[in-house]
Amino acid sequence: MGEDAESPKINHTFLRDYVTEADVISTVEFNQTGDLLATGDKGGRVVIFQRETESKGVTEEAGEVGDSGEYNVYSTFQSHEPDFDYLKSLEIEEKINKIRWLPQQNAAHFLLSTNDKTVKLWKVSERDKRPEGYNLKDEEGRIKDVSTITSLRVPVLRPTDLMVEVRPRRVFANGHTYHINSISVNSDGETYLSADDLRINMWHLDITDRSFNIVDIKPANMEDLTEVITAAEFHPHHCHLFVYSSSKGTLRLCDMRASALCDRHTKLFEEPEDLGSRSFFSEIISSVSDVKFSHSGRYLLTRDYLTAKVWDLNMDKGPVETYQVHEYLRSKLCSLYENDCIFDKFECVWNSSDSVIMTGAYNSFFRMFDRETGRGVTLEAWRENSKPRAVLRTRRVYTGGKRRRGDVGVDSLDFTKKILHMAWHPEENIIAIAATNNLYIFQDRVNPDAQTE
Amino acid sequence: MSATTAMEVNIEARRILAVSISKLYASRTQRGGLRLHRSLLLSLVMKSARDIYHSSRESEAPSGGLSVPEEPMETSSSPVLPEPQPEPLSDRNSSETATEESDSKVDDYDFDIIEEKENLSPARQSRKRRGKASAAPDFLPSKRARLEPGEERYEAPLASCRVGAGESLATLSLNQVIPAF
Repeated sequence: MGEDAESPKINHTFLRDYVTEADVISTVEFNQTGDLLATGDKGGRVVIFQRETESKGVTEEAGEVGDSGEYNVYSTFQSHEPDFDYLKSLEIEEKINKIRWLPQQNAAHFLLSTNDKTVKLWKVSERDKRPEGYNLKDEEGRIKDVSTITSLRVPVLRPTDLMVEVRPRRVFANGHTYHINSISVNSDGETYLSADDLRINMWHLDITDRSFNIVDIKPANMEDLTEVITAAEFHPHHCHLFVYSSSKGTLRLCDMRASALCDRHTKLFEEPEDLGSRSFFSEIISSVSDVKFSHSGRYLLTRDYLTAKVWDLNMDKGPVETYQVHEYLRSKLCSLYENDCIFDKFECVWNSSDSVIMTGAYNSFFRMFDRETGRGVTLEAWRENSKPRAVLRTRRVYTGGKRRRGDVGVDSLDFTKKILHMAWHPEENIIAIAATNNLYIFQDRVNPDAQTE
Repeated sequence: MSATTAMEVNIEARRILAVSISKLYASRTQRGGLRLHRSLLLSLVMKSARDIYHSSRESEAPSGGLSVPEEPMETSSSPVLPEPQPEPLSDRNSSETATEESDSKVDDYDFDIIEEKENLSPARQSRKRRGKASAAPDFLPSKRARLEPGEERYEAPLASCRVGAGESLATLSLNQVIPAF
């Protein structure tokens, strides 16, 4: 997706035009094939989009995408409801923190969704046939008067309108004292982990009344608390490895074969602190808000407040690449602290070939970095400036030097328009960006398959 | 560090402390309960601000700038906290150096957000005249009764500190800062 692409056609899908708190999207996730896209919101709802399949045949050559391939609503359901912890007198928010799809094993799709305390497994299945011709019930389901039945028949399945059914299959409750920030499905297809501020639990997908605690960083005396877990993920291929990030900016790789309780990391990834740039807010901006393994499993991508970093699993002394997302905010940290923006947790994602990384920023901007060239581009997810099939324009924040038309000054940035959540299609150059209550889907028509250039 | 920049840093540190405390206070009423990560970050900022405040005070002390910032503080907040003024002031003057030396060990706070009132010891209470701040006092730093071993605190203080015998500067300033809003 180069910034100088000649004529990429962009496909937009805009949804949820009204701005209510409950409609703010809080997580976005493609499934393993990319045909389904799930979003969760603050109101506890999950909306699943399905990609329309073009009529196959002539257009099945690699690189050819037909005119459709748009994502349309497939199903909507209420995943979590507001809850209350009576013992602690605390409300439990219904906001969906994370959604993760399970690898597909049969015709049905399964996803895990979690709020602050409870993880749920949902089964999404289609029904396009229904039985007709019951003996004891009529077509509307009313019980027939037995005296009217004169003969027996066998009910037959007849095609009907497609119905998508979503049913809760498992509820994994009471596993966490603190707020769940991540879930990650293991490559073994049987287990998954859930992480809160101080503990990581491993669950079996079929067992809801027990979980295994694999990391516990709660100090004996809470007054000695210095760091919390901010994100965790299983390795994409090695079912015994997982990584978790901390509020101190460190990453810990753990091997479950080493011991049952993985409090002692196998590898600690830490960058030496730059003492020259210490400020009141050094700790806050070094807190890692998201960590993602590359598809290859060789690299880690982390996001802290001002940068995105790529780490090589083989080197724990520091990141191999550092990308400045919005360095111009470094001098504004005090105001960002006052308006709470400094606590924003941005996510980061890899493209399918691990050659490009993407993360969000403010003013509806999001950034993409090409790892080969090291160059970054700023793009905008904002309806007013775009029409369906319009070219996505690159934007710039003016930080000095020659001012170009369209440059935005740092002080005119809208900090309420933050791009925190996003997802990249696992195989193609399709991205889903959540901007508050709107979902934007962009497709690269020129290079639909991720190719490095 | 010159006296003026030290003072600027001073003012900035106190402002950040004030903002942090109001955030801590506001987070108590947030939906979903106290967020541990956020509270931890707030307490780290407060600790940074407090450390920087102290180190800038230290650099001011030799130049005799000690009394200068004190007077404005006294007059502005005297209607609110009349009584602690002379007491900590004299305390500070006498034990200033002692406090600074043992800063790292002694100079701490308890930001126990939840059990503030019940756990105030009587001796402590007499020094913590809240005045108008009594309407919203829970986030004021105070000496909390120690928990028995094995007892657990859920939403525990995150900037783990204990106030030393010589009431420190920053405590005083926080007491004065809080009634300001």
